[in-house]
Amino acid sequence: MARPFVKVITANALLEGDAIWFTQNGTWSRNIADAEVLTDEAHADIRILEAQADQSAIAGVYLADAKVTDAGPAPVHFREAFRTRGPSNYSHGKQEA
Amino acid sequence: MYVYNDFDEAFVRTRVAQFRAQVERRIDGSLTEDEFKPLRLMNGLYLQLHAYMLRVAVPYGTLNSAQMNKLAYLADTYDKGYGHFTTRQNIQYNWPELRDVPDMLSDLADVGMHAIQTSGNTIRNVTADHFAGAAKDEIEDPRPVAELLRQWSTDHPEFQGLPRKFKIAVTGCEADRAVIRAHDIGIQIVRNAAGEIGYKVIVGGGLGRTPMIGKVLSDFVSKADLLPYCEAIVSVYNLLGRRDNKYKARIKITLHENGIDKIQDLLNALFEQIQSLFGGFDQQLLAEIEHSFAPPAFKVKSTDGYDAARLANPAFRSWTDTNLSDHRADGYAIVSISIKKHGATPGDATSAQMRVMADLAAKYGHDELRISHEQNVILPHVHKSDLLAIYTALRAADLATANIGLISDIIACPGMDYCALATARSIPVAQEIATRFDELKLEHEVGPLKIKISGCINACGHHHVGHIGILGLDRAGVENYQITLGGDGTETTTIGERAGPGFGADEIVPAVERLVLGYLDLRMSPSETFLQAYRRLGAAPFKDILYPEKAAQNAA
Repeated sequence: MARPFVKVITANALLEGDAIWFTQNGTWSRNIADAEVLTDEAHADIRILEAQADQSAIAGVYLADAKVTDAGPAPVHFREAFRTRGPSNYSHGKQEA
Repeated sequence: MYVYNDFDEAFVRTRVAQFRAQVERRIDGSLTEDEFKPLRLMNGLYLQLHAYMLRVAVPYGTLNSAQMNKLAYLADTYDKGYGHFTTRQNIQYNWPELRDVPDMLSDLADVGMHAIQTSGNTIRNVTADHFAGAAKDEIEDPRPVAELLRQWSTDHPEFQGLPRKFKIAVTGCEADRAVIRAHDIGIQIVRNAAGEIGYKVIVGGGLGRTPMIGKVLSDFVSKADLLPYCEAIVSVYNLLGRRDNKYKARIKITLHENGIDKIQDLLNALFEQIQSLFGGFDQQLLAEIEHSFAPPAFKVKSTDGYDAARLANPAFRSWTDTNLSDHRADGYAIVSISIKKHGATPGDATSAQMRVMADLAAKYGHDELRISHEQNVILPHVHKSDLLAIYTALRAADLATANIGLISDIIACPGMDYCALATARSIPVAQEIATRFDELKLEHEVGPLKIKISGCINACGHHHVGHIGILGLDRAGVENYQITLGGDGTETTTIGERAGPGFGADEIVPAVERLVLGYLDLRMSPSETFLQAYRRLGAAPFKDILYPEKAAQNAA
């Protein structure tokens, strides 16, 4: 059976390059837990167009697989998990704060 | 060292001003990301997993102390206090903010540096033997010709939109420390039967998805012909190279698909046409460049103190045994400073460490430093009477690890800790292997062994030419590491052979340990290196060690 469609929209912040996620009210958050969970492919297509319109704040928008947890949406793939934390050799990036 | 002339200075300043305006237009929204991306890449600015990354060119790996100090200043002012030296002799900053990048480039221009053509489908930073001008076995310093190629290729109007990136490496001796057979063009300075100096030109080498060893296009190109010859090669590639598929776009594939004879014919015809157009100006320029690379005034002094210090201090002796190479001048040595402390990130130096190395170069090293493709820093000209003082200063800066050429002197790309293209992490694997072998206290017993780790198929970590190569992949959403064996990046370049199925992240370090301990049992004597043992025995016994269960099945 195909995996159900569960996605979040993510990008990098234009100025810092930090990973960010698109929220339900059309803003960008540095925390994936605030992201809008998209479970409908057609709706996701519209939302990504809306997200892309924000060119002066973001770069490189894409849809990433996600899962829903008690704490909100969370990454599925390890690459996306790294984006929520930072590198493993120093405590830099989001984990630094 | 080469010093920018007015033309270079004006060119770099103009580029900084242009990029500053482009960044402003991006920030105010007049440029979209799609429009801006090629502009930032032309200036070495990437967008990675967690932040931007600025890749600064260190032409042919050569720096003076002012430049190294400026790199330290950039690390402190715009980044997190460190920089990452790469396998193409460059330095990368992992955390710059977009708004600061024009200032970084302006600061670099103050010391004759830039980030131009460190990305994009252009001719990239020209690399060279990191022992250039110092090596005992050298015919001629390769850096003047590398500088000539840099000037020729920088902003070359015909070569700004090549089918794919294009990498050139130059060496001045038979011993290959610049991996020239794994470059788009590899140049080796040679002497012909008449005793004249010229160039052996090798084309179509490369690692990545389709690793290939370069083929000799000409055994001898005269000095005067080199630039038109290279221009002809890149022009032929520019016409024939595939633009329909980026995985088949490098010159190695062009050469493979068209055959060397067809390439030779086209090249020779074009070369004849353009040779006269160069008119000798390039040779005039080369003569000026050669002048600026004149060897330093080597001093003549006793080395008695050095010999006595070696006898008295075992730690110093161990470091000199591992980290020094023969210098062409009497009483001198080449010092390799290891940027591979056990457990640290290969190639990462803090700003404080950069300053210590810059000071040592200024005080003891004729003001020269080199970045090696193996991600270490070299003091190329050091008198032996100064080695103890250098060692003492390095030790205080945590830079005195005695492991050059040993198992913990690992090349590793940034991998998925930073790189947007990576499929798995490299750095933690390198850290764990180095830490483990330090615990075992075995690396000196094991002897020369090159481990090279890439976090994706593009092979920035040169895994194909590691004696043990490790390639990190994504297998169904889990990090998985493939081992290749028997690779070699020197004048006897060999692409390693894949050993078998990959290992999980928790299995890869034990697998490497098994392999290395197994080698100790297999070698004929302590002087037989891992690579020699592999060549003598073939892959089979090493595969049995890596996959004991399979070996047991086969034996049953």
